Amino acid sequence: MTELSAHLPQFQHGQLTENFPDNHLSNTNDSFERRRHDNSERRRNDNPDSETNGQPQNIQQVVEQDEEEDEELTLKYGAKHVIMLFVPVTLCMVVVVATIKSVSFYTRKDGQLIYTPFTEETETVGQRALNSILNAAIMISVIIVMTILLVVLYKYRCYKVIHGWLIISSLLLLFFFSFIYLGEVFKTYNVAMDYITVALMIWNFGVVGMICIHWKGPLRLQQAYLIMISALMALVFIKYLPEWTAWLILAVISVYDLVAVLCPKGPLRMLVETAQERNETLFPALIYSSTMIWLVNMAEEDPEAQQKAAKNATYDKQAPANQTRNEDAEADDGGFSQEWQQQRDNRIGPIESTPESRAAVQALPSNSQTSEDPEERGVKLGLGDFIFYSVLVGKASATASGDWNTTLACFVAILIGLCLTLLLLAIFKKALPALPISITFGLVFYFATDNLVQPFMDQLAFHQFYI
Amino acid sequence: MTLAVFFGCTFIAFGPALGLFLFTIARDPLRIIILIAGAFFWLVSLLLSSLIWFIAVKASDPQDEPLQKGLLIFGVMFSVLLQEAFRFLYYKLLRKAIEGLVALSEDGCSPISIQQMAYVAGVGFGLMSGAFSMINLLADSLGPGTVGIHGDSQLYFLTSAFMTMVLIFLHTFWGIIFFHGCEHRCWWEIAAVVIMHLTVSGSTFCNPLYVGSLVPSYLVMATAAAWAYMLSGGSARNLRRFLLCLQSGASPQLGS
Repeated sequence: MTELSAHLPQFQHGQLTENFPDNHLSNTNDSFERRRHDNSERRRNDNPDSETNGQPQNIQQVVEQDEEEDEELTLKYGAKHVIMLFVPVTLCMVVVVATIKSVSFYTRKDGQLIYTPFTEETETVGQRALNSILNAAIMISVIIVMTILLVVLYKYRCYKVIHGWLIISSLLLLFFFSFIYLGEVFKTYNVAMDYITVALMIWNFGVVGMICIHWKGPLRLQQAYLIMISALMALVFIKYLPEWTAWLILAVISVYDLVAVLCPKGPLRMLVETAQERNETLFPALIYSSTMIWLVNMAEEDPEAQQKAAKNATYDKQAPANQTRNEDAEADDGGFSQEWQQQRDNRIGPIESTPESRAAVQALPSNSQTSEDPEERGVKLGLGDFIFYSVLVGKASATASGDWNTTLACFVAILIGLCLTLLLLAIFKKALPALPISITFGLVFYFATDNLVQPFMDQLAFHQFYI
Repeated sequence: MTLAVFFGCTFIAFGPALGLFLFTIARDPLRIIILIAGAFFWLVSLLLSSLIWFIAVKASDPQDEPLQKGLLIFGVMFSVLLQEAFRFLYYKLLRKAIEGLVALSEDGCSPISIQQMAYVAGVGFGLMSGAFSMINLLADSLGPGTVGIHGDSQLYFLTSAFMTMVLIFLHTFWGIIFFHGCEHRCWWEIAAVVIMHLTVSGSTFCNPLYVGSLVPSYLVMATAAAWAYMLSGGSARNLRRFLLCLQSGASPQLGS
């Protein structure tokens, strides 16, 4: 990682949000100044579509300069950014697979969500297929409704509602779901624990998480929390979605993602455009960003200049400047907080139950990259993408008969899909859905490996032949 | 069984590859991407060959043991050929990628050479091949059991680990030789790689007579290693200079 950070000063440029001045403070490099400058310019020039308020998991964006001399930088850069996304996606999948393999709670059938009311324990295959199609249809409808609701809320500036929605959902994730997770881990390893210690641990975990995600915090810590809540969410889905329903939902979600992001009347696209019209920021809290998370300021000169000045001051590491900067940021926070909240709300939505939260998460735009500066470009990926990748790999490890082979195959397929998506991003330079290619590869490889490769490898292992 | 066997076999099988990865590949993002793409290409070749085998098995009588074994042998040979075909396809893709990188670069140089790509592609193929052969075994070795309780060989895990290690190395060297052959239009090098691969896979048909499979495989690996070293610009002199430097700490007084 040291190497990466050495290069990063030249190449990192995240979208900047004032809500997290400390994030980039903690990742400060002197070159960030340069980056920021470049970023803002870039952003203005190159990113009409840079903000996508579409489904968070699916939109990635890389803005590059068109000059040829930068393209080699861009490509190399692109390689770095691919790795910057490979690492968190891999970590999330590793956490999910490790949990699935060790904690039996998440593979035990304890009922289904109300959004998938039809059972799959039917007598005939046809009935099962019908039930799973109905389940998937209901789930997708819920998601579509949620997304449209978010777009409507955003359009009519009901920022408070969205903000409250987001806060509630992250509260639920950080406290309740992690409490359950901790409890199950303790049960698996037969660890004796008292409630007071657990309360202390969960309280600290949750509060620090809320602060890091919604306010300011070190970048690595924020990234770690985002990975953890994505993993928790994915585990909940793996537990409560029956098998065929899960695969169907994954497939349909990819299609929906494609449609919602790329069609002119898609809800996500409309969200992005609305955000752009208002020069508002997207949702920093539910996007994983490999660099500091900044609120994207679409076309405003002054706020950016302010930010730049503030940040320059910050990077100069002068205490008064820092103070000033922070104050500016605070002052701006008031103005941006709503948008920020919106984004988060759009991202998460109400999370009373898993499907809703998933819908909410899904409804949040996933930004991949708004890299204005060739030197500073961060990579962003929506948390929904993390969640669905992990659901696919987790389901593969939970239910496949080929076991680790299938898991490994799905893992490689998803990484390659991500790589291809980023390549397309580099070519087309606009918001792109991150789910379709990866999920398609993942599904193809899951079914192919489970049904075709696994018997072959089994026979080979039995005779100890090597290919 | 359990942890000792698990860790032992894991490190035997994947230790050298892990070292190669950590010291030569992990620091360069472009190489990591080439590695994963290489693994993907191997996976696709395995998928297609499994499909063919599966169709053949479904079309045949499942009770006929010799036939099933014959089909399996056919499947192995076909898979080897398909792997080499996909290695060639990957070479084509990397060639195009290099042309793209060169076109985009400021100084007309690609950030990575085709030889480096050949090495990384070989490691990618090898790692994926080794992983697919070994991972389920490793997972099983963690659990309870007695190896060979029904009269099979008790060295099953150990020999699998050694075979996996040699295969990973072999894929690495074959990658270098193969790409060199494609670059310089030496078709006999490509043919040699295919024949070596067929030989090594064929030798595993002797299992559980491990002397018939492990020994030839290691001999082939030594040959391929020397050949790849020569093709990469190494020579006996280079080797001697390297070793002398290491021992004496001063530059050798050999002429070049």
